Amino acid sequence: MNFLSIFVLIPLLMLLGLWAARNLNQVRGVMVTGSTALLALSVYLVFAFLDARSLDPQSEMLFVKSIEWFPPLHITYTVGVDGISVAMLLLSAVIVFTGTFASWQLRPLTKEYFLWFTLLSMGVFGFFITIDMFAMFMFYEIALIPMYLLIGVWGSGRKEYSAMKLTLMLMGGSAFLMCGIFGIFYGAGGQTMNIIDIANQTGGAHAIDGNWQMLWFPMTFVGFGILGALFPFHTWSPDGHASAPTAVSMLHAGVLMKLGGYGCFRIAMYLLPEAANELSWIFLILTGISVVYGAFSACVQTDLKYINAYSSVSHCGLVLFAICMATETASVGAILQMLSHGLMTALFFALIGFIYGRTHTRDIRELAGLMKIMPFLAVCYVIAGLANLGLPGLSGFVAEMTIFVGSFENPGTFYTAMTVIACTSIVITAVYILRLVGKILYGTPTNPHHLQLTDATWDERFSVICLILAVAGLGLAPFWVSDMIQTGVHPVIEQLQAAGSLFDSHSNPFL
Amino acid sequence: MEHTIFILLLPLFSFLLIGVIDMDITKTGKVWSHKAAGLIGTSSLAVVTLLSYLTAYEYFTAERLTDGTFATIVPYNFTWLPLGTLHFDLGILLDPISVMMLVVISTVSLMVHLYSFGYMNGEKGFQRYYAFLSLFTMSMLGLVLATNIFQMYLFWELVGVSSYLLIGFYYTSPAAIAASKKAFIVTRFADMFFLVGILIFGYFAESFSFSFSGTIQLAEGAAAFQTVNISKEVAAAGFLIPTALVLMFIGGAGKSAMFPLHIWLPDAMEGPTPVSALIHAATMVVAGVFQIARMFPMWMEYAPDSLSIVVWVGALTAFYAAAVACVQTDIKRVLAFSTISQIAFMMVALGACLPGHGDHLIDNHSSLGYMASMFHLFTHAMFKACLFLGAGCIIHAVHSNEMSDMGGLRKYMPITHATFLISCLAIAGIPGLSGFFSKDEIITACFAYSPLLGWWMTVVAAMTAFYMFRLYYGIFWGKDNSEAYAHHTPHEASWTMTVPLIVLSLITIVGGWIPFGHLVSATGQAYDIHLNTQVAVTSSVIAIVAIGLATWIFAGKQQPIAQKMYAAAPRLHRWAYKRFYLDEVYQFVTHRIIFRRISSPIARFDRRVIDGFFDFLAWGTHRTAALIRNFQSGNVQHYAFAFLLGALLLLLLMIF
Repeated sequence: MNFLSIFVLIPLLMLLGLWAARNLNQVRGVMVTGSTALLALSVYLVFAFLDARSLDPQSEMLFVKSIEWFPPLHITYTVGVDGISVAMLLLSAVIVFTGTFASWQLRPLTKEYFLWFTLLSMGVFGFFITIDMFAMFMFYEIALIPMYLLIGVWGSGRKEYSAMKLTLMLMGGSAFLMCGIFGIFYGAGGQTMNIIDIANQTGGAHAIDGNWQMLWFPMTFVGFGILGALFPFHTWSPDGHASAPTAVSMLHAGVLMKLGGYGCFRIAMYLLPEAANELSWIFLILTGISVVYGAFSACVQTDLKYINAYSSVSHCGLVLFAICMATETASVGAILQMLSHGLMTALFFALIGFIYGRTHTRDIRELAGLMKIMPFLAVCYVIAGLANLGLPGLSGFVAEMTIFVGSFENPGTFYTAMTVIACTSIVITAVYILRLVGKILYGTPTNPHHLQLTDATWDERFSVICLILAVAGLGLAPFWVSDMIQTGVHPVIEQLQAAGSLFDSHSNPFL
Repeated sequence: MEHTIFILLLPLFSFLLIGVIDMDITKTGKVWSHKAAGLIGTSSLAVVTLLSYLTAYEYFTAERLTDGTFATIVPYNFTWLPLGTLHFDLGILLDPISVMMLVVISTVSLMVHLYSFGYMNGEKGFQRYYAFLSLFTMSMLGLVLATNIFQMYLFWELVGVSSYLLIGFYYTSPAAIAASKKAFIVTRFADMFFLVGILIFGYFAESFSFSFSGTIQLAEGAAAFQTVNISKEVAAAGFLIPTALVLMFIGGAGKSAMFPLHIWLPDAMEGPTPVSALIHAATMVVAGVFQIARMFPMWMEYAPDSLSIVVWVGALTAFYAAAVACVQTDIKRVLAFSTISQIAFMMVALGACLPGHGDHLIDNHSSLGYMASMFHLFTHAMFKACLFLGAGCIIHAVHSNEMSDMGGLRKYMPITHATFLISCLAIAGIPGLSGFFSKDEIITACFAYSPLLGWWMTVVAAMTAFYMFRLYYGIFWGKDNSEAYAHHTPHEASWTMTVPLIVLSLITIVGGWIPFGHLVSATGQAYDIHLNTQVAVTSSVIAIVAIGLATWIFAGKQQPIAQKMYAAAPRLHRWAYKRFYLDEVYQFVTHRIIFRRISSPIARFDRRVIDGFFDFLAWGTHRTAALIRNFQSGNVQHYAFAFLLGALLLLLLMIF
């Protein structure tokens, strides 16, 4: 058996273990063992991948293994990884690991909660290891459904409404996606669902008729884009995140939203290159709006989670923005931004969850002077905030700079103007982050009840410190990740370039 | 020169060490006393200072190259982040200006570290304070040692954040919170232009590095420099590189508090006073000047005309800040405006450089301003730090920032008085002290640029002398504030606070005699500073007259003339006191326009329109379902009826 499949196997075993668990300690034991194993495996994978890559710099995917699944429709279970998926797997493992510790004290129905949580992570890992469109779609759905229950049962606030809204909107996206995937499948000859095979067949991805591409591209891009908080389909994000329990917000914003960006890049851009060149300007405008619009919206929110959700709209908008720029550097930046956003937003949601668990409010008008009451959490919050606004040495800076430099590689006024618009987000981000920090952390505590609150417990500290180390690690030594991602991005960009360039677009009125 | 790496690493380690200890992860209470944190910070800084002096000594005593310049040395350079065809390097670059900055930063920083022992004694968050000081020092040193514009930007941002953290050190005070936020956001706004400038520059010059500055001695194993390669087409387009440089200048104007981006600096005085001395007087605020000096060859070659923007922004700022400084009553605010005005002097000097004649694009004569600016940067850092630290002693003694709470302090605080006076004389430009020499060169350069500018800056110099002595008399002379003093007699500060004052004032006395032109000059070749007698005499006379005027108005116990002057032009006085209401304009723009007119409508639009649309879809589905539901009533009669109806319809269809 291929060792990539262990990423799916471990969650399956964890599900069994959880089912068999008799008490809280056993549940925790299973979760800690499982998530540690996943983390160890993903770290091992990084080294194994770097080794194998140095031996075999040519092939696009490594550790490929294919099993026939449903021959009449050419559906296979094919696994394989490139630099991008390795990075995403590492990110997912880190978030699942820290998410486990962040929900250490969750009550009630702890066992059931972790069952769904594990199922969700299985979907995520499965999505990143497969390179078969159908299998990817299946894992994508596995990752989405548990969300409904996790929010609906363990959430807070208007949880039923939010859970329903989130699930329905994402399902709507899936419907588009499925059309897109089948369109690509039949357009490419109906012989294989394997992404790599489609891209490398005779004539490459251009084998799909140009006119059909124009139809399938928006479908797949929007389908995945909804999960990546593409404007105007982002409204599930604020409500969903606000209602979700801590670790679910972490996993959802940290990893699940990355499925969107990953899918857009891997399927929409890679397999429909002509349409991507032709139509990406539309999505560039939409994502440009996301970036600025999300940041401005965040400026006036009063709920901590809403602020972070809108901030995610802005940052994930930057991911899709960079993907639409279709240059190699910008795409590397997009992947870096996914990693960076995943880590820091998970950190944010963890901290918000811990603060909410103590104060029972997330309204920034009711919070003040937390620095005095819970210094550890407050300091970590400041660090998360600084990472968010792009402090050098933390991950945000690296990702944003790569994106901006990469976007600037596209000559032409339209692209330059869009880049400059995206650059304004660094100022607006500073506005809402500092407003928040000034309001809730600094100053003197106004609520006398808050004075009795305690600082973080060991499990919370552990989870937060792990995330901060990861954020700082990415920010201090970006070169190795960036090199690894580069090898994965290259074939996609080659495919796009072979199909022409952004400047061939006839429909773009700004050219 | 391998030891230069420790200049960056030591403060970083002391930041991490003090920071981690302060976080107190183990929750076992205070493991380390205040003193330990201070000692770690100060001793590492002392080593850094020694290393910097050693570097400066080695660098300036090394043999010059054949063309008479000092070699540019790059002991470290590695690729931190590849960016397509470009790459983002981190490294260390030593050339005359960066070595000069090393000396300035490490000296002032060491003095501030030592001073803070006394000043911050017993303050809550002492460790945090020292951690941030170390972070700031590391970032500032990294900024001046940068090998490329992107590295400069990286440390530029770090400097901004450490400034933010230090201004907001007293995080329970609303004024400090607001000030720190304002400082960060205003400079961030300017940095956005800097960033776009870098992007344009990097794209068209195909490099981020500073490798246009002559021959470089690259250490073995260091990543190669991408040389600046501006194609003929780009150069011919004529506006691309100047645009990039002007955008970078906007970034520099933000950091260096040039009008109209200066508004954050006076408020930044909410931070602890030693921080104001270090960051908001001597080091960080000159980053903008340093940036222009760093890109100077580029300006000269591709955008000599655009330098006039630098000149006039600087000239306007210098005058504006001096005018405001004349009426402020908070001593730190006076010093803050004085800083803005003095930095504007440096900017003006850089802008007042003209391209040379013939083959030499840059020559020391027409680019005298470059040397003058760097010289003034050096001397100003010393005397302004001394003034701020002196102000700190005074604030410590009388527990107030307001001039009305002071007066007659010379008897109580002799050392502070003496050092403050020396620095005031230096900034006023009294011959013999360091400020005289550097200011004289600047004004000479201004006269060479245009007589109007020369006279304009001479007037500002006179105003400088006037407001500094207004401040001096207000603090040390005049009537004793006996009510307050009876309650709490002011006394001289402890030795940790007075030693830095003495050291800095000694440097102020001798600093002007350094043959600065031999070390730093526009071309890099040795340049003998000639005092322009005409300018020197004029400016000294004017300075003395201005001081005399200040003595006449402000030295007495009663100040009838001052009162009369305020009464004669009350509106002007109020406008100047309110800094010409610029803060209110900004307040209006941010609150009324950005929050009320942009953000709130966007947030409402998001909830009402976009989210409303999706809710409408859900509602529509719901309603439709409710309508269709009636067809599934569960009553057999209904089904039978429908069946019959359907059968009849089919029958009709078949018949016709």
